[in-house]
Amino acid sequence: MIFSFQLLFEAILFGILLGCFYAAVSIGLSVAFGLLDVPHVAHPAVLILGAYCTYLLGSYGWDPIVAGLALMPLFFLFGIALYRFYYETFEKRGTDAGVRGLAFFFGIAFIIEVGLILAFGVDQRLVEAEYIGKSLSFGEMRIPLRMLLAFAIALVLTAALTLYLSKTFTGRAIKAVAQDEAALRLMGADPVRIKQWAFGIATGVTALTGALLIIIGPVEPMLDRVYIGRTFCVVVLAGLGSMTGTLAAGLILGISESIVLMHFGASWAPAVAFGLLLVVLGIRPQGLFGR
Amino acid sequence: MRRLASPFGIGAAATVVLAGVLALGGANEYFFFAGYVVLQFVVLATAWNILGGYAGYVNFGTAAFFGIGAYTSVLLFKSLGAPLLVQMAAAAVVTGLLGFGTGLLTLRLRGIFYSIATVAVIFIAETLMINWRYVGGATGLQLLRPAPMLPFETYTRMLFFIMAVVAVLAVAIARYIEISWIGRGLRALRDTEEAAECSGVPTLRLKLLACTISGALMGVAGAPLPMYLSFLEPASSFSLNYSVVALAGAIIGGTAHWLGPVLGAILLASMQQIVTVTISSEMNVLVVGVMLVVFVVAAPDGILGLIRKLRRPRAAAGKP
Repeated sequence: MIFSFQLLFEAILFGILLGCFYAAVSIGLSVAFGLLDVPHVAHPAVLILGAYCTYLLGSYGWDPIVAGLALMPLFFLFGIALYRFYYETFEKRGTDAGVRGLAFFFGIAFIIEVGLILAFGVDQRLVEAEYIGKSLSFGEMRIPLRMLLAFAIALVLTAALTLYLSKTFTGRAIKAVAQDEAALRLMGADPVRIKQWAFGIATGVTALTGALLIIIGPVEPMLDRVYIGRTFCVVVLAGLGSMTGTLAAGLILGISESIVLMHFGASWAPAVAFGLLLVVLGIRPQGLFGR
Repeated sequence: MRRLASPFGIGAAATVVLAGVLALGGANEYFFFAGYVVLQFVVLATAWNILGGYAGYVNFGTAAFFGIGAYTSVLLFKSLGAPLLVQMAAAAVVTGLLGFGTGLLTLRLRGIFYSIATVAVIFIAETLMINWRYVGGATGLQLLRPAPMLPFETYTRMLFFIMAVVAVLAVAIARYIEISWIGRGLRALRDTEEAAECSGVPTLRLKLLACTISGALMGVAGAPLPMYLSFLEPASSFSLNYSVVALAGAIIGGTAHWLGPVLGAILLASMQQIVTVTISSEMNVLVVGVMLVVFVVAAPDGILGLIRKLRRPRAAAGKP
C-alpha cells in the first residue's frame, strides 16, 4: 500500500460526499426507528422501491429529482397505511411486539424484493439525466456532479427535518411522542395519529432519497440487503432520533468506507458499515449523540 | 434407561430408522435432494428456537453460523481431506464458539439491537470469505465428492440420512432444554430479565449456553453443504434467506414447544421446494415473505397456537 496525501485527501473528500448520501438515505429510518421505536427493517426495501418507481417515471421522460418529489405524497400515504397496519396488529395488542414486529417487517422487505424482481427482473437499472454523467474538475481532481447533488439534498433534508421537529407544532409533538407517549395522552393528544403522521413523513422522504439512490448509481432488487447495514449503522451511530447526529454519523461512515475502498479495494467496503455498527453497539449502544 | 422408552424416544428412533430405510430403498433420487433441504431447515429452525423462542433473543445471524459451518468443512476438506463427520464436528466447535461470542453481546444489547448486531456478523463473515483466496474467494470453489460410505448407493442418500440423524438429535436437545431447568430459566429471562436475575436465575450463564448450543447446531446444519452442492461460494452460503427461513419456520410452527419449529420448517421448506420446481425460485422467497406476514398477523402463536385454539375454543377466547 502506497501512502500519499493526495490519495487520502481525495478519499476524505469523496467520503464526505458519500457520507451525506448515506445520511440522506438513513434519515427516514432515523425518524421511524430512532424517534418512533418501530423496528423498520423494511426501510431499505422501501428505499429501493422508491428508486424503481423513479426509474419507472424516468422511462416516461421524467427528471429523476422531479419524479422523486412527485412520489413523496404517494409514499407518505403508503407509510401511513403501513404504520396503521403495524399499530393495529402489534402495538395495540401490546403482546411481544419485538419478535413478531421484526419478523413482520422482514416479511414485508422480502415481499417488496420479490415484487421488484417479478416486475423488473434481476438486471441493474439506471436513469438518465443531464447532470448524471458530468463532473466538475478542480485541478487534478474530478468530482461527479451527481455526488454534489446528493450532498446538497442531504443538507437540505437534514436542515428541513431539524427545523420541522424543533419549530413547528406537529414536529414538537413527534418529539414529545418519542419522549413520553403516556404523558402526551394525558395532555389530550392522540399519540397514534402523531406517530402515523411521522411515519408517513419518514416514508415520504424515503421516496426522494430513493430517487437519489438511482441517480448515484444503478440499482437492483437485492440491493436493500447491503443498505440494512448502512442505514442502521448510521441511525445507531447517530444516537436514536437525532437529525444532526444522523448527518454526522453518515459522514463518519462515508469517510471510513471511502478510505477502505481506496486503500484495500472494493471487496472490503461492505464490511465497514457492519464492522462499525458492531463496534458502536458493543462500546456505546446509545450512539455518539444519544439522548 | 426409562427416558429412551418414552414416546419421544420411540418416535425419534422410528424417524431415524424410517430415514435409513428410505435412503436404502428405491425412492426417486430427487426426493433425497429435496428432503435434505427440508431436514436442514428443521435443524436450523429448531436451533433458532432454542435462543429465539425460549429466551426471546431474535438471532438474525443464522446465515452466518450456517455459512461458517460450511466454510469450516471446506477448509478441513481442502487442507487435510478430513471425512464428513470430522468436518461436522469441527463446524460445531467453530460455530459454537461464535455463538458464545454473540452470547457475550447480549450483555449489552437487547431486543432489536441484538438482532441488528447478528445481521452484522453475517456480512462481516461473508466479506472475510470473499477476500480469502484459499477457500475460493468471491468466485467459489469446486469440490470433488469422495465415494459414499458403504450401505448407501449415492452421496445424496447418505447426506439425507445424516441430516435426518442430525435433525432428530437437534430436536432431542431442544426438547431436553425445554423441559429441564435450562428451559425454565430461559423462559424466566425472556419475560423479565431483571426479575429473573433477582430471583437467582443465572441469566448470563443460561444465555451463553443457549447461544452456544444454538450456534453449534446451525453450524452442523451447514457443514455438509459443500459436499451436497459439490461447490461453495460466499454469496449463496451467507444468504439472508437462511436467517429468515429459520426464523419463519419457528414462528409459523409456534415457538413455545419443540414441535413448533419442526412442523413450521417442514411446511415452509416443502412448500418452497414445490414452488421452486413448479413455478420459479424467486417465488419461493415470496412464499416465505407472505407466510411470515400472514402468520405473524393472523396467528401469532403459529400452527400449534391454532391447534390449541381449535381444541379448546372457550378457554382460548377467555384468555385476555
